[in-house]
Amino acid sequence: MRREAHLGDRIFYLLLNGVALSVLMLLGAIAWQLIHLSLPAIHKFGFGFFSSTNWDPVQEVFGAGPVIFGTLVSSGLALLIAAPISVGVALFLNELAPRRLAEAVGFLVEMLAAIPSVVYGLWGIFVLAPFLRITVEPWLSGHFGWLPLFRGAPYGVGMLAAALILAMMITPTIAAICKEVFRAVPQSQREAARALGATKWETMRLAVLESSHSGILGAVILGLARALGETMAVTMVIGNRAEIAASLFAPGQTMASVIANEYAEASGDLHLSALAFVGLALFAVSFAINSVARILVWRLNRNRGRDF
Amino acid sequence: MSGTRDIVITQTILDAKNINAWFGSVHAIRDISLPVEKNTVTAMIGPSGCGKSTFLRCLNRLHEEVAGARVEGQVLLSGEDIYGPGTDPVAIRRKIGMVFQKPNPFPSMSIFNNVAVGLRLAGMGNKALLAETVEKSLKQAALWNEVKDKLKAPGTSLSGGQQQRLCVARALAVNPPVLLMDEPTSALDPISTAKIEELLIELKKEVTVVIVTHNMQQAARISDRTAFFLLGELIEYDDTSRLFTNPRDKRTEDYITGRFG
Repeated sequence: MRREAHLGDRIFYLLLNGVALSVLMLLGAIAWQLIHLSLPAIHKFGFGFFSSTNWDPVQEVFGAGPVIFGTLVSSGLALLIAAPISVGVALFLNELAPRRLAEAVGFLVEMLAAIPSVVYGLWGIFVLAPFLRITVEPWLSGHFGWLPLFRGAPYGVGMLAAALILAMMITPTIAAICKEVFRAVPQSQREAARALGATKWETMRLAVLESSHSGILGAVILGLARALGETMAVTMVIGNRAEIAASLFAPGQTMASVIANEYAEASGDLHLSALAFVGLALFAVSFAINSVARILVWRLNRNRGRDF
Repeated sequence: MSGTRDIVITQTILDAKNINAWFGSVHAIRDISLPVEKNTVTAMIGPSGCGKSTFLRCLNRLHEEVAGARVEGQVLLSGEDIYGPGTDPVAIRRKIGMVFQKPNPFPSMSIFNNVAVGLRLAGMGNKALLAETVEKSLKQAALWNEVKDKLKAPGTSLSGGQQQRLCVARALAVNPPVLLMDEPTSALDPISTAKIEELLIELKKEVTVVIVTHNMQQAARISDRTAFFLLGELIEYDDTSRLFTNPRDKRTEDYITGRFG
């Protein structure tokens, strides 16, 4: 009897180990496949691939500069918009809102993360882009046209639209993690601040925000990782032109969107390989960024474990 | 409420009058009046759940911070009702400091900043004055000698007992006339406990201390007056020596002789 139970445990153990291992193998297989597909482009362009700004499928010349630029600008701008809003939302939900309201709003915020990105993209095309084209971009160029950022024809679709859509999409991610980070702050910290004569805002600053720096950073980086890899919605609103433009109104292209946009129609092997190379770079960057973010959040939770 | 009549109080600094407190519909504090004499240590004892901590938290308006909690009654601080209309609880808490059960220094702050934080909240920007007050407070809390060379180290790098004295220093820095302590040694080892107790006896020259304690020996060792709480009521309040040697209420006697609780 005992032996059999033992055997059952062993089988179960091996089974679970196998399942866990297969995840790692899958990760390895993806990396290997990407490298394999990228080899022609790696041989042809080397590391110059990342600095070259010319992406021309017709001439079979490929440089990832414009898509890297597009990724950095759209994601960076999205973070600038989303991070403060997310922290504010999380603070409100965790520190200020009555519990019922916090639960309802928190649920809705999490639902935002569940909307398929193609739906965000549709909304971007039908609502956001016209609104930008007719209202926002003319206003911006009228008032801030002296900045190169806000010059040029208001297309609606373009870098600004992509950044705004991305900001909307990563806000629930960042807010949800920030909420967890703030929730992990012991109540005794808030009481310490209150007992010292801190106002509500000062309590949030002293007891909650100050001890959550690395957690907030982790949340923001996870948001960044999501923004970097987001494909569908961005492809739908960014305009898809592989050029580096100073203006936020101009169409652009990101690493993810160029793959989605061109892979199906890529004719030459080198074109395919260049797209795979972009994918490999995106894979590596996302992997690295996610790791950093996880480590930050994980370290925070571990340190919280010991109260004194 | 038999016990208070015989105490001779010469100078009341904190005077709780007919305090009732609720958590939602639970009536946690039932009509408690308790005058606290200036420059004394007043201990509040009683079994778990008797309301002593809740009552303490009524004295600096911290009770009302809990969702659904409510207070009625008056607490006069030097004659002024802290529950009076238009009174700002934030201002009250600067005059009535508090030390909690578990040491809770701010983990993101250095030792220095932990002590300075209350001063900064109160708007003190002068660096020399800040440094001077921090030193004075750390000395008052008997921690200065142990930390003077590492003021920039994080407050949480100290031992539990040191952290608790750091919290005492943090509370003292804004120079409050009253210091509330909620079982401040219950998370500490005996040596750290002894240090805090010595400190309190020293402190009462400058500050009036109201301390909740689970430990009757502690109350007997350090307090001038002791209040015995049971089920949300104040059963007896008397000079400590008298309460422990000659209690007038049977329930007090049962408790201090260890028959329950």
